[in-house]
Amino acid sequence: MLQDHLISAAHLSRDDIEAVLDHAAAVDADPELVRDRHDGRVLALCFFEPSTRTKMSFESAMKRLGGETIDMGSVESSSVKKGESLADTVRVIEGYADAIVLRHPSEGSAKLASEFVDVPLVNAGDGAGQHPSQTLLDLYTIRENAGLDDITVGIMGDLKYGRTVHSLAHALTNFDVRQHFVSPESLRLPRNVRYDLHEAGAKVREHTDLDAVLPDLDVLYVTRIQRERFPEEREYREVAGEYRIDNATLADAAGDLTVMHPLPRVDEIAPEVDETTRAKYFEQAHNGVPVRMALLDRLLGGAQ
Amino acid sequence: MTDKELRVSKIRDGTVIDHVTAGQALNVLAILGIDGSGGESVSIGMNVPSDKVGQKDVVKVEGRELSQSEVDVLIIRDFDVVEKNRVERTDTVRGILVCPNHNCITNADEPIRTEFEVLSDGVRCAYCDTIIREGDVAEHIDARGSGETAL
Repeated sequence: MLQDHLISAAHLSRDDIEAVLDHAAAVDADPELVRDRHDGRVLALCFFEPSTRTKMSFESAMKRLGGETIDMGSVESSSVKKGESLADTVRVIEGYADAIVLRHPSEGSAKLASEFVDVPLVNAGDGAGQHPSQTLLDLYTIRENAGLDDITVGIMGDLKYGRTVHSLAHALTNFDVRQHFVSPESLRLPRNVRYDLHEAGAKVREHTDLDAVLPDLDVLYVTRIQRERFPEEREYREVAGEYRIDNATLADAAGDLTVMHPLPRVDEIAPEVDETTRAKYFEQAHNGVPVRMALLDRLLGGAQ
Repeated sequence: MTDKELRVSKIRDGTVIDHVTAGQALNVLAILGIDGSGGESVSIGMNVPSDKVGQKDVVKVEGRELSQSEVDVLIIRDFDVVEKNRVERTDTVRGILVCPNHNCITNADEPIRTEFEVLSDGVRCAYCDTIIREGDVAEHIDARGSGETAL
């Protein structure tokens, strides 16, 4: 079952996922269902790294549930700058709030923080580790557009450092999904994720080229390849250029392909794709609100 | 005195850790925090022929009875084996290994000890999920630390 905290998508069962997605669908259809349910409750937003979508959608979700949010502010203006440990920071903040959303640059930070607090804690990204609430809204989007069983999903880009990729790959093992991973050799899935997928008996294949697998895909999940992952600018440009998509790239794809991206994008997806029915990345971002409303409602004890 | 006795001498009282994986005796001592500063006699046999496993290491600590944890632990009193424990592999290793992922929160200045789940062919950081293969584990022993799984 969904635990008191949401740390890793690897901890989520199919039942957990479906319960959140079903609740999100109900909330999406009728927001009145949960309006003011968490009146007087407070959600703490602790972002040690910049965030736009995740932070604002959690804030919007909590307010739509009738609650309030408090924000740690930037690291530059907080006691962290004075050398306070993460353990101490969250122990203090739990006294101010009924739940905590944490983003931190170190892998394992959310697990550590959860060991020092009694209020529910959501991992909103721990370094290159996990981003499970993003995965829930990704799954919601996939379910709405392609269903979650007997589908083929391609995940492309920075698979090594992409925390949304790691969480999504784990979660998809709960469903009848064929997973294709497309990346440069240097950015392939990390060993621990490959190990878990193997242990879960997932149907997985890795590629360096999208072309061969594109016609088979129901969903293409694109992620950004970051400049700082490469020692030289030239190498970055060469590699990144091979993993961009536009309408010409997608010519051989199924007509009802669902194209997703956790955003922000830089130039991985050409703007011309936005105008096609395949583009679902803005819908995906919007789904962050009902899905996080459903998640917070469960973690705060409002929904079973 | 036989050739075998010359390699690793008998002890009167203390502990023998037998059937240590060949080549790992010094790591066992490091994990136990035994560096000779306590004054105890320590004998080490490395790559000793073994009928059971081909080659093994043996560690003998005079005058100190260690509690059980790993491999075969024999407690010796007056040259006799008074206790022999065959110890199973532990599920979790706490406080002994350092995570090789520099960006793991366990490498920051936080009030926690490292924790690794033991897999069939290595260990895995409970915080950042980094896997260390079995053959590489010894490289990541924290020379300063002694953990819960220590003898």
